Amino acid sequence: MTVRTPIYLDYSATTPVDQRVAEKMIPYLTEHFGNPASRSHVFGWVAEKAVENAREQVAVLVNADPKEIVWTSGATESNNLAIKGAANFYAGSKGKHIVTIATEHKAVIDTVRELERQGFEATYLEPEPDGLVDLEKFKAALRADTVLASVMLVNNEIGVIQDIETLGNLCRANGTIFHVDAAQATGKVEIDLEKLPVDLMSFSAHKTYGPKGIGALYVRRKPRVRLEAQMHGGGHERGFRSGTLPTHQIVGMGEAFHIAREEMALENARIKRLRDKLWAGLSEIEEVYLNGDLKQRVAHNLNVSFNFVEGESLIMAVKDIAVSSGSACTSASLEPSYVLRALGRSDELAHSSIRFSIGRYTTEEEIDYTIDLLKAKIGKLRELSPLWEMYQDGIDINSVQWAAH
Amino acid sequence: MSAEAVYLDHNATTLLDAKVLEAMLPFLRNQQGNPTSRHSYGRAARQAIDHAREQVAAAVGAHPSQVTFTSGGTEANNLAIKGIAATHTPSQVAVSAIEHPAVSRPAHSLLGRGWKMAKIGVDAVGQLNPDQLVQALQQKTALVSVMAANNETGVLQDVPAIAEVVRRHGSLLHTDAVQALGKVALDFNALGVNAMSISAHKIHGPQGAGALILDKRVDIQPLLDGGGQEKGLRSGTENISAIVGFGLACELATRDLTSQAGRIGRLRDQLEQGLNELGGIIFGREAKRLPNTSFFAFPNIDGETLVMALDRQGYAVASGSACSSDSIEPSHVLMAMGIAPGIARGAVRVSLGVDNSAAQIVAFLQTLKNELLRIKRMAAVAV
Repeated sequence: MTVRTPIYLDYSATTPVDQRVAEKMIPYLTEHFGNPASRSHVFGWVAEKAVENAREQVAVLVNADPKEIVWTSGATESNNLAIKGAANFYAGSKGKHIVTIATEHKAVIDTVRELERQGFEATYLEPEPDGLVDLEKFKAALRADTVLASVMLVNNEIGVIQDIETLGNLCRANGTIFHVDAAQATGKVEIDLEKLPVDLMSFSAHKTYGPKGIGALYVRRKPRVRLEAQMHGGGHERGFRSGTLPTHQIVGMGEAFHIAREEMALENARIKRLRDKLWAGLSEIEEVYLNGDLKQRVAHNLNVSFNFVEGESLIMAVKDIAVSSGSACTSASLEPSYVLRALGRSDELAHSSIRFSIGRYTTEEEIDYTIDLLKAKIGKLRELSPLWEMYQDGIDINSVQWAAH
Repeated sequence: MSAEAVYLDHNATTLLDAKVLEAMLPFLRNQQGNPTSRHSYGRAARQAIDHAREQVAAAVGAHPSQVTFTSGGTEANNLAIKGIAATHTPSQVAVSAIEHPAVSRPAHSLLGRGWKMAKIGVDAVGQLNPDQLVQALQQKTALVSVMAANNETGVLQDVPAIAEVVRRHGSLLHTDAVQALGKVALDFNALGVNAMSISAHKIHGPQGAGALILDKRVDIQPLLDGGGQEKGLRSGTENISAIVGFGLACELATRDLTSQAGRIGRLRDQLEQGLNELGGIIFGREAKRLPNTSFFAFPNIDGETLVMALDRQGYAVASGSACSSDSIEPSHVLMAMGIAPGIARGAVRVSLGVDNSAAQIVAFLQTLKNELLRIKRMAAVAV
């Protein structure tokens, strides 16, 4: 069987909209086009009802109360609202120290950096080499004045799952607001906010087969968590987030989360088989390194560094697959992945890494093709590599004293 | 929803244009990629956004590099006001008394940070009071914000003249042009403003997309930190389908503007002639207005009651602005114009669009006449 290239293996960057989701959205782009804030006519009521139904669908997936779900334009906005909103609200009573992890998404890191510019103090904890946070180190980082901690549930690059329950309990004991970026987690891991000691949690639709441009923030009601609004205006979303609600996108997010709930158990088992097959195939290649813990990790992610291969030429060589690489996490940047660097990977291994992210529409044939492609291309690239030749000759590359240019 | 329902609330939101929907669907159905990704899926998404940026820029006489996409008008206003304020040492921000809450509330939010806020009044027909503008500018003022067209009355401001005064005083001017786009000609350079907010869903585009048009010489700080999209001014994965729809909606709205504005203006005149005959008071009628908007009241008739009665008869209209429909306070716009609260509580807004016809106006006026009589009769019984 032939496969269509390029094969999409970048589901952690964005997912296609599920057809069932698209079909639910379209009526709200056409006949049900009202503004949900219009209280004076049926066009508005129909839109409002759809928005509330979707809120319920999102809440059900994460076992929250619909009243705890606030719509935003996406996970970036959710993260900004949660971190700036809570830090500013509680700074006066608790303090101005924030704890986060060096491997968080930019939407968290850069938001915390902005708060530093505004007079907050921040600790960026380095994870262990497997990508996980050491619980003792986390506990030690919490101070009396730590107003907020932010830890992602699933890492976007290496897919590792943090122990949110334990981290949350440490925050509770310290009186610290706990925010969790779950953009990469919905539909991949079970989330039960009735049990998890989490105060704020960010969600995105477009990582879970919903549309781009819509996300949500969970804001706990018991005990009640308060936020300083970041978007002011008509007072939508009970004042947490003003702006006309994009009904069709909200409907799409609701349906996407509904499907995730219905299908995640079966789907994740299928995806895990594919991922394990991919890793089994790739690990037949010499000098490949898995980035991040394999066990405490979502089924969808495989992040591998290919030693003795140059990053950019690797990307050029595997054009038949659409993946992310450690050297191109942010467009047009040649910086190696800061996530892999934080795990202690060398610049070279960070540059020559590939994130394979598998999803709902990935087939076994595509995985077979990918394994064959990588085996062939890595072989070719290494034939051209003097470093590979030295390695083959048994020379320890790290001990070589390079001549100055 | 009843098939006969007639939509007369286009200033709240508009029906998506069928051609816009067609343009959006591929981005909802198959062409998927994160525009930040460098593979072909990502590049296709990037190209679509670049094209939409050109369409939006062309519609408002701006350069594509001046367009920053946002999640809508509210975010664009927040970005302009808070973002510009963040690069200045606290002084004063001045806004007109008739701004949408998406401008007045971000301005108000600065108060805790050492800023002062001045409100510039309007005259009885809703036009900015130029003396009050100059007076406000006697204080050091970093930013002034005056809307191009009011969402309730449709009254237009003389933005170029205001911009001239603001510039002379060394201050910056932002205009909320969400209601003006697609209804009157809009040229960013000719207006002379430094920043301008626009939105897709008011011009038969989708909800969830808007833009801030920004003079690049203005220092501004982003509201959303993260992946650095939109040249660092607005992080977050781009809402491609909505942005593509916004681009085409801009192109269509400006292409058909002259003919549609003329036709809709005649419908509005027809409506207002009827309102006159029924004894209605029309707000801002003596001012230059958007061609599609009519804001009116009937003495001793409560606006909410009339709006609900019209809804039952299949006409979707608004009382005041949709966003503040929760509150029963009389419209702040009418209060600023010095309208008596008793009259203002009767205010009803009809805002027309391309999908309305002369026959609908005739039928609407007949229904309105019947409902007014019925409400008066009920009121008489109640007494």
